[in-house]
Amino acid sequence: MKVVLENVTKRFPNRDKKIKTEVTAVNNVSFTIPDGKLIGLLGPSGCGKSTTLFMICGLHKITEGKIFFGEDDVTNLSPENRGVGLVFQNYALYPHMTVKQNIMFPMENFKGEDKLTKEQMLERTMQVAKLVQLDGLLERKPSELSGGQQQRVAIARALVKMPRVLLLDEPLSNLDARLRLQTREEIRRIQRETKITTVFVTHDQEEAMSISDEIVVMKDGVVQQMGVPQTVYQDPANLFVAKFLGTPPINVFTGKVSGGALYIGAEKIMATPGVADQDVYVGIRPEGFVVSDNGCLTCDFRQVETMGGFMSVVSTHENSENPIIRSTVTDDIKIAEDAKTVKFDIKPNKIYIFNKETEERIRIEG
Amino acid sequence: MVNSKHQWKAWIYLAPAIAVLLVFTVWPIFNTVRMAFLENYSGLEATNGATFSFGVGNFVKVLKYKRFISCLKNTMILCVLTVPISTILALLIAVGLNSIKPLQKILQTIFFLPYVTNSIAIGMVFAAMFNIVGAFYGTENELIVTAGIINNVIEFFGGTPVNWINYGSQYSANIAVMTVYIVWNALPFKILVLLGGLQSINKQYYDAARVDGSSRRRIFARITVPLLSPMLAYVVITGFIGGFKEYTSIVGIFGENMGPADDAGRLNTMVGFIYDSLSTNSQGRASAAALILFGIILVVTLLNLYVSKKKVHY
Repeated sequence: MKVVLENVTKRFPNRDKKIKTEVTAVNNVSFTIPDGKLIGLLGPSGCGKSTTLFMICGLHKITEGKIFFGEDDVTNLSPENRGVGLVFQNYALYPHMTVKQNIMFPMENFKGEDKLTKEQMLERTMQVAKLVQLDGLLERKPSELSGGQQQRVAIARALVKMPRVLLLDEPLSNLDARLRLQTREEIRRIQRETKITTVFVTHDQEEAMSISDEIVVMKDGVVQQMGVPQTVYQDPANLFVAKFLGTPPINVFTGKVSGGALYIGAEKIMATPGVADQDVYVGIRPEGFVVSDNGCLTCDFRQVETMGGFMSVVSTHENSENPIIRSTVTDDIKIAEDAKTVKFDIKPNKIYIFNKETEERIRIEG
Repeated sequence: MVNSKHQWKAWIYLAPAIAVLLVFTVWPIFNTVRMAFLENYSGLEATNGATFSFGVGNFVKVLKYKRFISCLKNTMILCVLTVPISTILALLIAVGLNSIKPLQKILQTIFFLPYVTNSIAIGMVFAAMFNIVGAFYGTENELIVTAGIINNVIEFFGGTPVNWINYGSQYSANIAVMTVYIVWNALPFKILVLLGGLQSINKQYYDAARVDGSSRRRIFARITVPLLSPMLAYVVITGFIGGFKEYTSIVGIFGENMGPADDAGRLNTMVGFIYDSLSTNSQGRASAAALILFGIILVVTLLNLYVSKKKVHY
């Protein structure tokens, strides 16, 4: 089921009733979620991603705009008539029901020709339980389950009614780091097996990048960029997207374009044909640095850090926006312990320049 | 755990409370049991130096009393009627209050007002409302001129006025008035407890149920009530305990007569019986009745707890 958002806007009345102006949580958002894909809605907290999810679900009324499931306009449909499955951030499992009763609950609401017999319900419960690997736990109460198991019950409860769209609100935020890794693969697997169009909300870019077919990056209620994770990472539309994606984060410098070349401080970094002279932000991915004696960028050397399989050079630069510059490097580099400076060459495809005012990407021709 | 070195300090802090409890709770309880098992014990005679033999005569006597059986019956009937009615009404009102936004605080206050009002005063108002005539007690041939507001309403809708509580009134009419009054009086506390319970239920359960397409009735039956069950159990248990101790409400409506003018004592309750026994210096009889009342409350509470253990989700 394809999901289309058309100029969707959500405004909330101000909490302080004396202030008449409304708060715009989601501002004119349009995007299309292809059928059967797993989409990550990504952004910092308060960016409107959960509000967007709840509007797709129907729990939040839309102020302006339209939402379509396939060809159906569902804008004014209540959640129960949209055929969506929703997994809440804290799962919202009914504490007084067993796992089995929790999973069966949505099916008991079926009316008319959809109505199922007790046997059919049980059969479907068993199928879904098997899919999310809960087979042996059906008679337990939610309080007797671990966080990861509760999560799977919540997913099973959302899946059992065979929704047209599955929505997950911060599905992994209540799990510990190890379980989070495992569960996100699980979500990926379940989505692949069921082929249900799935939207999930997260503020963790790694999570979104690792399992999504496409990601939608949001900020202040506005979609910044949508696309395949790797593409968005390699080709950010603006400084915000560049900063938000990637661990360790991108290194940002102030620089300027002058006479067809990019400068950081006094050092010429690269040629920028066709770019007008101006002050810019320069973003360089950590993996874009190559330690080289004849490098074009000179930084003050701090230390070399080794973490597991990664090695990074930590340095500073007076034009750096970040307090330190972190560059991931191959482990055969040689820098003297007492070195004062380190020189880098920059890989041209790992460097982006952004307009200083609008923070929009400036693309270099050629 | 209190360090044994400092235990004496803990005891000193507790001492005032323990002393008060010993004098006003523990000793009276012990004394009640003692008096109940002393044949025909009377406080007045005891101070004159009389001695009483040990036995269960007080209990036998109490249970043979016609008046005691009538008191027991009244208490039971009122309990069985008022506890379920007030609990269900309180639940509906609490759910209603919880689902409205504007005026919620004001309505909450209005519903809570009876709780802070004196029950004798409320009783007098109710008596006036259910009266046939302003203050006509007396013979059967009295002409009805004006009626209490309830009868006015009944007449307005074309019904015949009912003699609710006056001379010659029916027992069933008396019980109906008492039920209305006790339910009305019991509502505020129950609403308060249940509303508190409702407000502590996570809203996401309702969102989840809505997304799953549950009807409001199903949400109420399958989610609200089970999640509220600890509060419901509490309200029912305290309701029964309160019901068995019913006394002031009868006084409030019928005065010390405990019944209509032509049948004094008809609506007397267990506590009323104990009170009457004490006033005639029959402490043995009063104690025995009190122990019987205690036994009944104990059994009913245990029954409640047994049921709630199976039905209540904590």
